[in-house]
Amino acid sequence: MFDFSTITNWIDELLQSCMAPWAVVLVEGLIIGVLLLLLYALIALALIYAERKICAFFQCRYGPNRVGPLGLMQPIADMFKMLIKEIISIKDSDKFLYGLAPFLVILSSMLTFGCMPFGKGLLTLDFNIGVFFIMAVSSIGVLGILLAGWSSNNKFTLIGAMRSGAQMISYELSIGLSILSVVVYAGTMQTSQLIAAQEGTWFLFSGHIPMVIAFLIYIIAGTAETNRGPFDLPEAESELTAGYHTEYSGMHFGFYYLAEYLNMFIVSGIASLLFLGGWMPLHIPGWEAFNTVMDYIPSVIWFFMKTAVIMFIIMWFKWTFPRLRIDQLIKFEWKYLLPIGLFNLLLVTLMTVFGWHF
Amino acid sequence: MSSIYEKIKAIVPDVTIEENGLSMIVVPSKAMPLVATYLSEKESFDSLVALIGNDWGESLGVVYIIDSTKTNERVVLKTSTTDKENPTLYSVVNVWQSADLNEREVYDFFGIRFIGHPDMRRIFLREDWEGYPLRKDYDASPEANPVPETNEYNADTTISLQEQEDGTIKEEERVIFSPEDYVVNIGPQHPATHGVMRFRTAIEGETIKKIDPVCGYIHRGIEKLAEGLTYPQTLHFTDRLDYLSAHQNRHALCMCIEEAMGIEVPERAKYIRTIMDELSRIGSHLLLYSTLCMDLGSITAFIYGFRDRDKVLDIFDDTCGGRLIMNYNKIGGVMADIHPDFVTKVKNFIKYMPKGLEEYHSLFSGNVIAKNRMVGVGVLSKEDAIKYGIFGPTGRASGWANDVRKLEPYGVYDKVEFDQVVLTEGDTYARYMIRLKEIEQSLHIIEQLIDNIPEGDYAAKTKPIIKLPEGNYFKRVEGARGAFGVYIESKGDKTPYRMKFVSQGLNLIGAVDHITRDTKIADLIAIGGSLDYVIPDIDR
Repeated sequence: MFDFSTITNWIDELLQSCMAPWAVVLVEGLIIGVLLLLLYALIALALIYAERKICAFFQCRYGPNRVGPLGLMQPIADMFKMLIKEIISIKDSDKFLYGLAPFLVILSSMLTFGCMPFGKGLLTLDFNIGVFFIMAVSSIGVLGILLAGWSSNNKFTLIGAMRSGAQMISYELSIGLSILSVVVYAGTMQTSQLIAAQEGTWFLFSGHIPMVIAFLIYIIAGTAETNRGPFDLPEAESELTAGYHTEYSGMHFGFYYLAEYLNMFIVSGIASLLFLGGWMPLHIPGWEAFNTVMDYIPSVIWFFMKTAVIMFIIMWFKWTFPRLRIDQLIKFEWKYLLPIGLFNLLLVTLMTVFGWHF
Repeated sequence: MSSIYEKIKAIVPDVTIEENGLSMIVVPSKAMPLVATYLSEKESFDSLVALIGNDWGESLGVVYIIDSTKTNERVVLKTSTTDKENPTLYSVVNVWQSADLNEREVYDFFGIRFIGHPDMRRIFLREDWEGYPLRKDYDASPEANPVPETNEYNADTTISLQEQEDGTIKEEERVIFSPEDYVVNIGPQHPATHGVMRFRTAIEGETIKKIDPVCGYIHRGIEKLAEGLTYPQTLHFTDRLDYLSAHQNRHALCMCIEEAMGIEVPERAKYIRTIMDELSRIGSHLLLYSTLCMDLGSITAFIYGFRDRDKVLDIFDDTCGGRLIMNYNKIGGVMADIHPDFVTKVKNFIKYMPKGLEEYHSLFSGNVIAKNRMVGVGVLSKEDAIKYGIFGPTGRASGWANDVRKLEPYGVYDKVEFDQVVLTEGDTYARYMIRLKEIEQSLHIIEQLIDNIPEGDYAAKTKPIIKLPEGNYFKRVEGARGAFGVYIESKGDKTPYRMKFVSQGLNLIGAVDHITRDTKIADLIAIGGSLDYVIPDIDR
């Protein structure tokens, strides 16, 4: 399997040979930043297109098919429309917070995006508290949403933001617990080591039923965390017009839009990191020939394929289920998901301590 | 009727009876509360079908059409006042709750103030409107009411007229919203109000404390316009009331005029009218399914419903040339004969639709989230349904069998066999399910008729100028969302003296506050979706 670190090391050595160490860090940081931003935008465009097409197929429609072949240029046209739109400022709104909020949301999503293991050797941030860092930065997002709702000076946005705050803080517990189960099981928080530990079999398969439960909890809570249907209450358009981002226009709205899609990617990416081995190919112990064939598929493709499958499932949720009500949503988390998650953590701990796993 | 008259005369000696099309019992305004209480409590006249204001030149007054849900008898009362400067009548809100918004409408258009009504504000027009438009001496010149350039201010208080012990009338101020209330405007531009409707909603967190509906954003004054047009010209207004049951509404008006003139409608026209009515009922119920699903966040189900509704519209398109505003019925029959493909297409649709219904049930009806959102939410009891005048599928979901097709058969409904679907739960889920069950019944009705459309004329010959004999006429049909009545008062001219469309919308809106009390904001959307009000039907 091709290791991308050969390329990155070569670039690093090249720069080291002609620059001072501080300049090397600066240039490398810039390159990585620009590449991540580009990838961020590209994935968002691809996701917008994919969501529209998939939703259309669920609904017996064609979806975009006019702009470019198969409507492929549609998201680009949409993006340009968004870019040239006027950013309307609202009377009596808190101007500073109103402007800050979308950046907080996109910042949190960008930082988490930086931790994605895109392929073998393609890991930007890899330190010993990797998963903890992901949890920490991804929860900045709720601050942006709360600020947006508050600063817009609109009752609908305020209700939307309050719903969002209640929802995201509640479901973060479940996400935390299911991540904790994986950390207990793997014995590490470092992203690269988590993936390395799944070389034989993925955690989802090696960890028996407790891991499956943790995976299901993670998917449900992750869907809620990204504010997507059936948990899209903060922006429930039939109740709150557009929830917390009702008053945003132009690229400010675009940031929320981008962040929503990218958060779906991030949630799916972390799911594949924690449960499906990140970029690790599918290995079945004992099937040597099969494992060798699997190794020929590049690691990047493995990562994106796994993420795409989970994203498809999340989209499937959205286009099939109706929306929950706020009290049902909170009840579901605190009365069912959280106790199950806690109990599951206990199971995983016992399983790990006594070695009841593959 | 006459026996009721005798009984009322025994309590109030100075009532008279007026036989003029409808036989009306004329009650002096002072005696109205007494008669109303007697009728509802002793004689079980518990359902107020229509409350019609009128200006008879020398007097202003109200006509009440009241039904008994037990004996299916009908009584028509009339009360009036000659004081045109400061007209007051007694309110019947405490007897028939559905009079609430209807009396406000009468106040809005005729200026009659009701003593004992809790909330005497205008309902359709702006608070600062000059004059009362449906009065015959109304000044309609633009100078009297220039296009306003200021925002409308909605007061948080209202006025109620109360009779004191010594017989004098005192204005009392009533509070709608106190300053501590957190009031959110749901509407007029809101995706879930299904039109330009506004609910001023006082909420506490997510819980609804009170709702004050504000109507009139698209009021077109159809009843006033109709007074200046000939009868054939008034027909096209009906399609623009409740545009989802355009055929039924127009059917009602045509039948009312035909009955008044004694026109015999050919059998073929009756069959076509009945089939069209049932097709539009299916179309309307499919739209309810779609929009309710969308309100609850299931957009895929919305598209499924619209996909199937389009097939109904295609059938209309062939025969009527229109998909929404059909203009198909006319006085004496229908405008044109059915399209050659009509029978085949309808038969194909009857074959296709049950599969669609199965799909709906598996996609949405059985979904656990959908059930959680609808079962037990917004319960309307049978008593309340009658009190608030909730006819149609919504009332039948509460256990009130009120189908006009069964009670007063018209068209060829007496020749077909069908069940009146009645559910007893009265919650949002029952209101949702009853629509899907009624689609099955409508398909069953069409199935029996489609092969037996008799040959012959599709319209009777009528005189070129249609003049209704002097009198009052009232006719009801079962529209897609409940009884739709037409009341015409004629002075023998070629234009109506007063034409009133008695529709469901206003009563449904009147019940929203009652049903949604102490539910969540999200429930308001679900309940509103299941009540199935159509805004142009409210804002006539």
